[in-house]
Amino acid sequence: MKADFRRKFAQFASFVITNREVGNFFTGKIYKGNEKYLCAPGLNCYSCPAATLSCPLGAMQTIIGSAGSVFGFYAFGFILMFGVLCGRFICGFLCPFGLFQELLAKIPLPKKKLPQILNYVKYAVLFIFVLLLPLAGALASGIGEPAFCQYICPAGTLEAAIPLLITHSEFMDSVGVLFAVKLTVLLIVIIGCMTVYRFFCKTLCPLGALYGLLNKISFYRMGFNKQACVNCGACEKICPMGINPAKSANSTECIRCGKCVETCGVNALNMVMKLR
Amino acid sequence: MKLRIALLIVAALSIAFGAWRGEGDAVYNKAIRVCMECIGLG
Repeated sequence: MKADFRRKFAQFASFVITNREVGNFFTGKIYKGNEKYLCAPGLNCYSCPAATLSCPLGAMQTIIGSAGSVFGFYAFGFILMFGVLCGRFICGFLCPFGLFQELLAKIPLPKKKLPQILNYVKYAVLFIFVLLLPLAGALASGIGEPAFCQYICPAGTLEAAIPLLITHSEFMDSVGVLFAVKLTVLLIVIIGCMTVYRFFCKTLCPLGALYGLLNKISFYRMGFNKQACVNCGACEKICPMGINPAKSANSTECIRCGKCVETCGVNALNMVMKLR
Repeated sequence: MKLRIALLIVAALSIAFGAWRGEGDAVYNKAIRVCMECIGLG
């Protein structure tokens, strides 16, 4: 419980730091400070009026989709740095959209488990929408669309499109099929998150996919003491991400929430900053 | 350990190389305007 409170505090603090300019929600302005040169660790739309940092996925697609560029070194560097340092700790502690999903999960509806195969969809989303489509557009016509932002990202719809439509009546003219698609995705994600813990993280988030790949080698990781483990299964039972930490302590799906560590009665699991 | 340090160095070099290519400016310029296509309005 104490660990969960600490995590919630970190999530809210991260949300506030990443979206400090709350007043912009009322004026409809976009923050223009120099912090926007930097990428946020979590998924947070840079068109959100309150956002003070850039979205790493939006930044990646912007560069890939621009003429004469085939790869977003700048954004990739940020993602790699965050991933190597923390892995999916970022999803569990720092991502504003992760917090939103957890709040939705508090709604008292029966929770379901997803088939494991759906965990792999996010890798396809990463490859097709973040890398392939922007690059294909850039090669074909000089400018590639940020396909993930354009067709999928529910964070952009929630944090940017809806607030901006409220403050900018002129944007209503731009509402069309594309926005309907995005709104549908957002609604599916909201309903999904009410019935499946972190539905978006598990199935669709390309940033989580990248951080997940780095979970196995990140400095911040989970330690497992096989000798201490009594195979009680308590860690697997409590894991909201559907992992068995005793089998795969550094699974690509682990968001480092620490519930298993807290539950383990024999201290076989621990979170460590492995510097050696 | 060596792999992690190597990847951190790659990350730092990647950021520096991207900044040298002007990618930081491109990201900033995108981030300080409403990106209509990014939010499904373009």
